[in-house]
Amino acid sequence: MTEAPVYGIMAEFDNPTDLLHATEATYAAGYRKIDAYSPYPIEELSDAVGFHKTRIPLIVLCGAILGGLSGFALQYWISAISYPLNIGGRPYNSWPAFIIVTFEMTILFGGISAVVGMLGLNGLPQPYHPVFNNPRFTSASRDRFFLCIEASDPKFEIDRVQQFMQGFNALDVTEVTH
Amino acid sequence: MDNEQNTKGAQEPAKPKADVCPTKRGKLELSEVRDMLTEKKGPQYWRTLDELSQTPEFEEMLHREFPRQASEWEGGGTSRRDFLKVMSASLALAALSACVKQPLEPIVPYVRQPEEITLGKPLFFATAFPMPMGAVPVLVESHEGRPTKIEGNPQHPATLGGTDVFTQASILTLYDPDRSQTITYLGDARPWGQFLNAIRGPLNAQKAAGGGGLRLLTGAVTSPTLAAQIRDFQKLYPQAKWHVWEPVAHGNARAASQARFGQPIDTQYNFEKAEVVVTLDGDFLSSGFLGFHRNARQFAARRRPELKEAMLRMYAVESTPTNTGGKADHRLPVRASEVESIARALAAQVGVGGASVNLQGEQAKFVAAAAKDLQSKRGRCVVVPGEHQSVAVHMLAHSMNQALGAVGQTVIYTDPIEAAPVDYTASLKEIVGDMNAGKVDILIMVGVNPVYDAPVDLNFQQAMDKVPLRVHQGMYQDETSRLSHWHINGTHYLEQWGDARAFDGTASIIQPLIAPLYSGRSDHELLAMMNGQSDASGYDLVRKYWQTQHTGLDFESWWRRSLHDGLIEGTTSAPKTIAAKGTAIPAAPQSSGSMEIMFRRDHTIYDGRFAQNAWLQETPKPMTQLTWDNAVLLSIATGKKLDIKTEDLVELEYQGRKVKGAVWLTPGHPDNAATVYLGYGRDNSGRVASGLGFNAYKLRRSDAPWFDRGLKLTKTGETYELACTQGHQNMEGRALVRAATLEEFIKNPGFAHEMVEAPAPGLTMYAAYQYKDHKWGMTIDMNSCIGCKTCVVACQSENNIPVVGKTEVKRGRHMHWLRIDTYHEGTAENPKSYFQPVPCMQCENAPCEVVCPVGATVHSAEGLNDMVYNRCVGTRYCSNNCPYKVRRFNFLLFTAPVWDSPQLSMLQNPDVTVRSRGVMEKCNYCVQRITHARISAEEDNNRKIPDGEVLTACQQACPADAIVFGDMNDPNSRVSKMKAMQRNFGLLEELNTRPRTTYMAVVRNPNPELEPQQKREEHASLAVADAGKGV
Amino acid sequence: MQQGPEEKTITEERLLPGQPATLAPGHTLGSITDKISWVVLRRPITLGWVSGFAIAFGLLMLLQLAIGYLLFRGVGIWGINIPVGWGFAIINFVWWIGIGHAGTLISAILLLLKQNWRNSINRFAEAMTLFAVACAGMFPLIHTGRPWLAVYWLFPYPNTMGVWPQFRSPLIWDVFAVSTYGTISLLFWFVGLIPDLATFRDTAKNPVARFVYGLLAMGWRGSARHWKRYESAYLLLAGLATPLVLSVHTVVSFDFAVSILPGWHTTIFPPYFVAGAIYSGFAMVLVLAIPIRQFYGMKDMITERHLDNAAKVMLATGLIVAYGYAMEVFFAWYSANGFERFMMHNRMFGPYGWAYWMLIATNIVIPQVLWIRSVRLAPFKLFLVSIVVLVGMWMERFVIVAVSLHRDFLPSSWGMYVPTRWDWMTFVGTLGLFFTAMFLFIRIMPMISIFEMRTLLPESKIEEEVAAHD
Repeated sequence: MTEAPVYGIMAEFDNPTDLLHATEATYAAGYRKIDAYSPYPIEELSDAVGFHKTRIPLIVLCGAILGGLSGFALQYWISAISYPLNIGGRPYNSWPAFIIVTFEMTILFGGISAVVGMLGLNGLPQPYHPVFNNPRFTSASRDRFFLCIEASDPKFEIDRVQQFMQGFNALDVTEVTH
Repeated sequence: MDNEQNTKGAQEPAKPKADVCPTKRGKLELSEVRDMLTEKKGPQYWRTLDELSQTPEFEEMLHREFPRQASEWEGGGTSRRDFLKVMSASLALAALSACVKQPLEPIVPYVRQPEEITLGKPLFFATAFPMPMGAVPVLVESHEGRPTKIEGNPQHPATLGGTDVFTQASILTLYDPDRSQTITYLGDARPWGQFLNAIRGPLNAQKAAGGGGLRLLTGAVTSPTLAAQIRDFQKLYPQAKWHVWEPVAHGNARAASQARFGQPIDTQYNFEKAEVVVTLDGDFLSSGFLGFHRNARQFAARRRPELKEAMLRMYAVESTPTNTGGKADHRLPVRASEVESIARALAAQVGVGGASVNLQGEQAKFVAAAAKDLQSKRGRCVVVPGEHQSVAVHMLAHSMNQALGAVGQTVIYTDPIEAAPVDYTASLKEIVGDMNAGKVDILIMVGVNPVYDAPVDLNFQQAMDKVPLRVHQGMYQDETSRLSHWHINGTHYLEQWGDARAFDGTASIIQPLIAPLYSGRSDHELLAMMNGQSDASGYDLVRKYWQTQHTGLDFESWWRRSLHDGLIEGTTSAPKTIAAKGTAIPAAPQSSGSMEIMFRRDHTIYDGRFAQNAWLQETPKPMTQLTWDNAVLLSIATGKKLDIKTEDLVELEYQGRKVKGAVWLTPGHPDNAATVYLGYGRDNSGRVASGLGFNAYKLRRSDAPWFDRGLKLTKTGETYELACTQGHQNMEGRALVRAATLEEFIKNPGFAHEMVEAPAPGLTMYAAYQYKDHKWGMTIDMNSCIGCKTCVVACQSENNIPVVGKTEVKRGRHMHWLRIDTYHEGTAENPKSYFQPVPCMQCENAPCEVVCPVGATVHSAEGLNDMVYNRCVGTRYCSNNCPYKVRRFNFLLFTAPVWDSPQLSMLQNPDVTVRSRGVMEKCNYCVQRITHARISAEEDNNRKIPDGEVLTACQQACPADAIVFGDMNDPNSRVSKMKAMQRNFGLLEELNTRPRTTYMAVVRNPNPELEPQQKREEHASLAVADAGKGV
Repeated sequence: MQQGPEEKTITEERLLPGQPATLAPGHTLGSITDKISWVVLRRPITLGWVSGFAIAFGLLMLLQLAIGYLLFRGVGIWGINIPVGWGFAIINFVWWIGIGHAGTLISAILLLLKQNWRNSINRFAEAMTLFAVACAGMFPLIHTGRPWLAVYWLFPYPNTMGVWPQFRSPLIWDVFAVSTYGTISLLFWFVGLIPDLATFRDTAKNPVARFVYGLLAMGWRGSARHWKRYESAYLLLAGLATPLVLSVHTVVSFDFAVSILPGWHTTIFPPYFVAGAIYSGFAMVLVLAIPIRQFYGMKDMITERHLDNAAKVMLATGLIVAYGYAMEVFFAWYSANGFERFMMHNRMFGPYGWAYWMLIATNIVIPQVLWIRSVRLAPFKLFLVSIVVLVGMWMERFVIVAVSLHRDFLPSSWGMYVPTRWDWMTFVGTLGLFFTAMFLFIRIMPMISIFEMRTLLPESKIEEEVAAHD
C-alpha cells in the first residue's frame, strides 16, 4: 500500500528558548500553519505561532449574563406570576431576597461556559491526532519541546522544510504522517 | 386459689379472637407501641370472611353482635332464615370498616335536619358524661356513625357549654384498644349465655333466702333509672345490701352536712353575685370539683377588671399549689391540718364559731383582711371549704356563709343528686366487715375497683377472697376483675343507654352514639339481669323508667325533645332553705409528728379511673406541668432541709406502710408537708396505665383519707426521671404576661402597652396584605384563664394530635398545639402564678413562612398561617425561627398506634390529616371548622357567616370562656370588640411579628392592706422556679 | 515577607537569609514529573496506606449504618427536639463547608495574587475541597424529616401541584450556593488536572491506566494555542471562583443571620463566617499536607515555606474570628436588647458555658502560639495546632447552632440538647468518607500539579530573562 500522507515535519528541542527562537524564525520565514508544543504554558510561544487573541473571555461574559438573567427571571416568574403566595407578609417580588440565587447562577453559567468554551475551541476531546504518531512526542508532556510545520501550509515542501528545520539546534527532526 | 389462677390468666398471652376489633397483645410500653409500624406484631385485624365464618369464634361474635338473635340462637329454635339474616347482617357489618355500627334503636340528632347521614357532614348528638360529682352534658360530633369529638352543651344550665379535661378525653377511652373486650371467667373468655347459666342458680338460691348473702357495690349513682332498678333489686332481695364506694368524691362535705343539717345536702356556689371569695383549701377551679364548669364561667365573668370596684377579690388558703390559689389575689400556703385553725380564726372574726384562735404574723394579717372584706360585702361573698378538709372546716364554712348572708345568694343548698348519698368510707367498712364475717355469698361490683383504691387498712382484697362468688363489671380488666370469678366487660357511656344528673340535679338521657364495640353490658343491663329481665335492653329500661316519670300527654315528642336538647325539663333540683340542726364544731383532732402527708385526687386521671387514657396522661398537670407520673410535692425549703432534690426517689413511710416516689420541689408548697396524688402505680391495667408513678392508695387509711401527720421521708439515693413540659417557670423579667393591680389599671388602662416598644403598624416599606373576605383572629383573656388544660385536650381531640409518651416528652417532643405556660413570680415560698395559653399566633409577618424552603407554610386568603403537611419536608427551620415555639414536629412516627389499631383509627377526625413522620404541624385555628362554616354558608346562597358560628375547639371547650375567636373584618364581632379593649396586647409584639392571637392583660385585685403599691416586686426573679431542671 | 512577581524565580541563593524555598534546588523538568507521577504510577501499595485506608473505610461503613437507620426510623434518633430543631447535622454541615473553602481559596485567590508557592499545594487542597463539600452537601438533605421529598422539592422543579421552591428562604440559597460551589470546584480541579493527565497518559506503563488517563486527558497535546486558551479559561475560572468562595459561607451564614433568633440574627456573621471558614480550611490543609510530605517524601516540594505561609494565614484569619467574637459580645451589650444580652450571658455562664470557653481556648488562645516562628516551622507542633483549630471551629458552630436555640424568647419552651450515639456516628462517619476519598485520591491522581511545578524551575524560563538576571 502507499505510505500514509504526511501531516507535517516536527522538530524536537530540549529547552524552551531554542523552541521559541525556532518558532519565531519559522514564522518569519513565512510559514503560517505551524504549532509549538510544550509541557507547560509559555506566554511568548502563542504570539510566536501567530495566535494572539482568544474568544474565551467573551464566551464567559455571555454565559455569566445569561445565567444571571435566567436566574432572576426564574425567581420572579415563580414568585410573582406562576404561583404568587403571601409569604410572611413579604411582597411577591421580594427582589432583595432573589439576589443571592441570581448571583450564584451568574457564577455557575460563567464557569461552565469557560470550561466548555476552552475545550470546544481547543477541539477537545479529540480521540486522535497525528502528532502522537511521532513516538518521541510522548515526552512533550514531560520535558521536551516540539515545533511542527504542517503539510497544509501553502509554502510546504517536504525537502525545503526538512532542510529549514535542520538549521535549528533541534535534537531531532522527523516527518509526522497521518 | 383463684389468685394464682388469675395471675396465670393475666400472664399468658390472650389468644386471638375473631373479634371485630381484637388488638390484645402482650402488655407493651407506649414507646414500643410506637415502634409497631416497624415490627408488625399482634393478630391481623381482619381475616377473610369465609375463613371467619367457619371458626368457632364466629358464633362467639354473633353472641356479641346480636344479643337478641343470639339468645334465640341458644334456644335452638333458630330457623334457617334467621340464621342467614344474622349471618348476612354480621358479614355486612364486618365489611363496614373498623366496627362502625349504628345502634339498633332510634337516636335523635342534635341538629334539626333529615336524620340520615350525609357523608362528610358531621351530626351532633346530645348525651351526658357521667361523673360522681354530677354528669357533664355534652354534644358529641359523629362522622358517618363514629363519634369523634366531645363538645359542651351550651343549652345546659349546669355547665353553660363548658367541659373539662376528663370529658374531653373520655372519647379516647371509648376507642381504647386495651378495654376489656369479653366476659371472662377466671380469665378465660365466656359468652353471656354461660354467665347467665352460671349466675342463675346462686341468684335463685339468694332469692329464696331473701338475698341475705347478696351484696351490690357500685360507684356513686346519679342515674334515676339505675336508682329505680336498684330499688326493684332490693324489693326482690329484701335482705340484700347496696354499698357505694367512691375513693375521692365529696370527701368530708357529706359528713359535715349530716352533722349540721341532719341530712345530706349538696352545696352549690353562685359566683355571679360574689365579690369576695375566701377558700379554705377549696379548689373550686379544678376539674372534678362540684360544679366546676359553672364556677369557672361565673368566676371568670366576675374577674373582669372592667367591673372596676365590683371586681371579684379572692383569698385562698391552701395546702398545695392549685389553679385556684394561682388565680387568688392573696394566697396563704399552710398545711392541710392548719387550715382548720385559720378557719376558726376567720369564723371568730366574722362573728361565728367558738373561741378565736390567735394567729401570728402573715396569717393574722391575712385573716384580718379577709374577715374585714367579707363583712364589708355581706351577701356578696362566699367561703368555700375544700372537699377534703375536716368536718370542722366544712361546718365553720357553713356557719360563716350563714352569718354573712351568703346562703341563698352565693351559696345554694340542694338535695343530693346522688340516689344513695351515703358516707362512702362507712359504707365500704360495713361491707368489708360483712365479708370478713362470711356473711357475703355473692358480691356484685359494678364499675368500681376497690381492690386498688379502697383504704389500705380495710384490707379489702383479703375480705373479698372470703366471698364464694365474685362478679365484677367494668370497662377494664383491672386489679379487682382479676380477683373476681366473673368479669363482665362494661360499656362506655357513648355506647350505652342510660341517664344521669348533672351537679345541679338536671337529668339528661345518655343516648349511645355507636353500638357497643365489644358488646359490653351496661350497669342497667346487669341490674336488669339480676332483676330477672335478662334480655331487657338499656333502651327499654331507660324509656320505661321515664314513661313512669313523664306526666304530660305526648310522651314520644317529649322523649324526642329531651334527647334532642340533652336535658330533661324541670329536673333541676330546687334550692333548699334548711335550718341548721347542730352547729357544734367538733374539736380539732390532735395530730402528732412533724411531717404531714396530704392525699389529692389527680388533676388529670382523677382517682385512677382515667389512668389508661393517654391524652390525660400526657396533659401537663396544672402548676407543676408534670406528665405521665405522680410525684411527691415538697416545698423548696423542705427539700433543702432534707437535702432532697427534684427527681430524687424517696421512701414515704406512714403508719408502718412504705411507698417509693419521686420528689418534685414545688414553689408555693407549704413546708414540712408532702402532697401525693392518687391514681398511679397501676400494674397490668393496660399498656398506658401500667408502671407509671407510685400507688399512694397504699398509704391511705380510712381514718385519715386526706391528710395526717406522722409521715417519714427517707432518701433512697436513687433518682427517678419525671417528664415535665415546662422546665422553666420564671419569666426572666420579660414582659410575657403583663399584669397590674386594679388600682393601676383604673389609673392607667393602657398599662400593657407601656411594657414594651412595639413598632407602629405603619412602620413598613411594603403595603400590608388586604384580607377582603374574612380576617380571622383570636383573643385570650388571661384574667379569665384558670389553667385547667381543657383546651389542650380539646385541641388534641379535634386535631388528631398524637401522644408521644414519657420518654419523648422528656426529650422535649410533646405535640400539643396549644399549651398553657405557667409562670411564677415573686418568692419561692408564696409566688404569684400566671396562666398563659399559647396557640399559634398566626403572625401577619410570620417568621416561620419566610424561612421555609418549600413553601409548606404560607398565609391563606383569610390571613391564616396555614401548614401544608403534604408539602413539608421537615427542615424544622420554621420552628427554629418561631419565637413562640408553638410548632411541633413528628420526629418519629408518633401516629403509629393509630395506623396500628382499628379502634384508634376510628377515633380520628376525618376533617384533619393524620400526620406522618418528618412533618411539622401546629395550630391552624381549626381551619376545618372554618371551612365547614364557609361551605354551608355558600350552600345557602352565600349568606354571611355570623359571629360565633365558627368556634375553635379550644374556645368551645373552655369552661371560663377565656378564648374568643372570630372575624376581625366584622367590627361588631366579639373578637373585634375584645381587640379594641386596652388590655389587649400581643405576645413579643416588639419583634414586629404582628400576632393575630392577642392577650388580655392580667389585672389582679389585691387588698391594699395586704399589698401596698410600692411593695409589689416587678417580675422578681425566681431562680428556684427551675425546680432544678437545669434548663 | 517578600512577595510579588519577582518571586517567580526564587532559588536558594536569592532568598532572604534563612527563608526556605518554595521548591528545593536540584530539580529538573524530568525529575519533577517523575517524582510526582511515581507516587501514582510506580510506587507499590504500602502497609501504611492500606491500614489508613482501612480505618477510613470502616468509618465510612459506620456512616452508612447511621444513615440507613436514620432513613428507617426518622430524625428522632438524633438528640434534636423543640426548641433545638437543628443539631449535629447542621453543625457538621457548616463545619465541612468551611473546611472546603481553603482549596478554592488557595487555587483561585492565590493564583490571582500570583502567589505561586501555592502551586505545590493547590491540587490536593482542591481535592480536599471537593470531598469536604461532598461531606457537607449530604447534611442539608439527610437532616430533613422527609429526605426522599427534599431531594427534588429543594430544586427549582415544580411538584404535581405546580408548587415551586420558596426563594426567600436561606435554605434555598444554600442549595444554589453549595451546588454551584461544588460544580465550579469540580470544574476548576478537573481543568487543572488535564495537562497532568496527559503526562500520566504518556508515562503510564499499564495499558489500562494509559487508556483511562488518555480518556480523561481528552487528547491534550500542549500546543501553544491550547495553552493560550487554557490559561485564559483558568484565569477566568479563578476570577469567578473568588467571589464564589466568599459568597458560599456568606450564604451559609445567612441561614442564621436572616432568622430572628438572638445569637443568630447578627450582621457580622458573613465576614466572620468566611474568615472562620478559611481558618479551618487552612488547618485541614496542614493536617493533610504535613503527613503527606512526611510519608511521600515531598519535603522538597511542600517545603517549610508552605507550612510557614499557611500558618500565617491561619493566624490572620484566626484574629479576624476573634474580632468577630468580641463584636458579638459588644453588640449584645450595646444593643441594650434584653434578649441579646441574655443570650450572651447564657452562652458564657449558662448550662453550655463550658462549650463557649472551650471555643475561646481552642479557637483564640492556643493558636496564638503561631506568632512564634519556630512553631510555624515545626511540622508536628503545627499539626497539633491545626487539630486544635479544627476542634475549635466545630465548637464555634455548636455554640452558634445549639446553644442559641436552647434558650430563646419564651422561657416556657426552653430545653436542652443532648446528642445521641447516632449523632456521633454520623459525624465520625463523614470523617470516614472524607479520608477514604483522600486516600484514594493520592493513589490515582497527581497530588501536586506537575505542570505548574515545572513553571517554578529556572530552566523553564526563556533564557534571555535568566541571563538578564545574572
